[in-house]
Amino acid sequence: MPKITFIEHNGTSHEVEGEAGMTVMEVARKNDIPGIEAECGGACSCATCHVYVDEGWLPKTGASEEMEEDMLDFAFDVRANSRLSCQIKVTDELDGLIVRTPEKQF
Amino acid sequence: MSNSPIETDVVIIGAGPCGLFAVFELGLLDIRCHLIDILDRPGGQCAELYPEKPIYDIPAYPIISGQELTDALMEQIKPFDPQFHFNQRVDEIEKLEDGRFHLKTDDNQEFICKNVVIAAGGGSFTPKRPPLPGIEEYENGSVHYSVRRMSDFEGKDLLIVGGGDSALDWTLNLTPIANSVTLVHRRDKFRAATDSVNKMLALREEGKINFHLGQMTEIHGENGEMTGVTIKGEEEVLVKCNRLLPFFGLTMKLGPVANWGLNLHENLISVDTEKFETSAEGIFAIGDINSYPGKLKLILSGFHEAALMAQKVNAYINPDKKVVFQYTTSSSSLQKKLGVK
Repeated sequence: MPKITFIEHNGTSHEVEGEAGMTVMEVARKNDIPGIEAECGGACSCATCHVYVDEGWLPKTGASEEMEEDMLDFAFDVRANSRLSCQIKVTDELDGLIVRTPEKQF
Repeated sequence: MSNSPIETDVVIIGAGPCGLFAVFELGLLDIRCHLIDILDRPGGQCAELYPEKPIYDIPAYPIISGQELTDALMEQIKPFDPQFHFNQRVDEIEKLEDGRFHLKTDDNQEFICKNVVIAAGGGSFTPKRPPLPGIEEYENGSVHYSVRRMSDFEGKDLLIVGGGDSALDWTLNLTPIANSVTLVHRRDKFRAATDSVNKMLALREEGKINFHLGQMTEIHGENGEMTGVTIKGEEEVLVKCNRLLPFFGLTMKLGPVANWGLNLHENLISVDTEKFETSAEGIFAIGDINSYPGKLKLILSGFHEAALMAQKVNAYINPDKKVVFQYTTSSSSLQKKLGVK
């Protein structure tokens, strides 16, 4: 089971187990990680599951696709490592992934 | 503007799938409905959040998109001639002495009805407020999340933020009347209609608008009067402005529902599972907005809730009418209502 670490804006860290095939957003929701709202339920339509991927993991998570990039326009404090966690599929390759949640999902 | 109150049997708050299907179930019982929705079209979340996305758990439809489901429901309820009131939010509900309800929207439209059905899903869609410290202070004049009157912006220094159709349309429409317009977007790519993007680029070329690549970090001003906003991009700039128009899409908020005196459970309206009635007699809640033991936020659950709610509404509205349960397949009277020839 790939492990994923979510680090809140205040520094609180949560290491949880994901499952290949789930999205990072679903893993967060399943484990009640604060700071991931996922209002639209994973349809890439709301930008409330915005996370910052730890720089070292960027090559493995890949870049966002156009639709996700468009939706990130609705997020706040978007950075080069911003992703919508509903669009990152968990794979065994991502074992150890670290993502940070923004101060607010707005 | 104040219109004279509209009198009807039932007002349904929310024109998402559950609100639409409620029209059908009530219609079969000869109960007429008006629907009010904050969006500009029917469908609720299906239309706003996932019009093109497939839904796989509507009975008998292995796959159907949010828009297709909405269109099919609109077709299904056509025989009952529901009346829609879009772009409005119900702000007040009050029980009258005669037992009916008086509703008022933020557009000052009033309704008087025998029963109210709240089918408001996740609440009302409201514009996202950028989480900038102190932004509330400026919302009484300087910050606008929509344009209700263009004249409010005449001769002003505008800062418009966003890269979609709203941001670009207002950039194009307000530039001729504003003193200055600055558009800010986080990237040099716009989701808006190509024609609008081209027109905006032309205004940029001609120097009629300013453009900055970046994101807002701080609002400046005093006593509720904005004087400027700091934009952080490659470098930091202070844009002088006295009107800010942020366009970051919509989010769902429970909104005024919380003030109607209904029993709530974790921000959802508590109902019983026999009639889906709230703690206030005569007011019902169906779909994602209600809460009861075992609740599943599924469209199909909302459809079931609509059917049971309709029976109780019928008992309220037609207390003396004998209820004969009928199937649409075999009942000639139901088929007549549906316009089956």
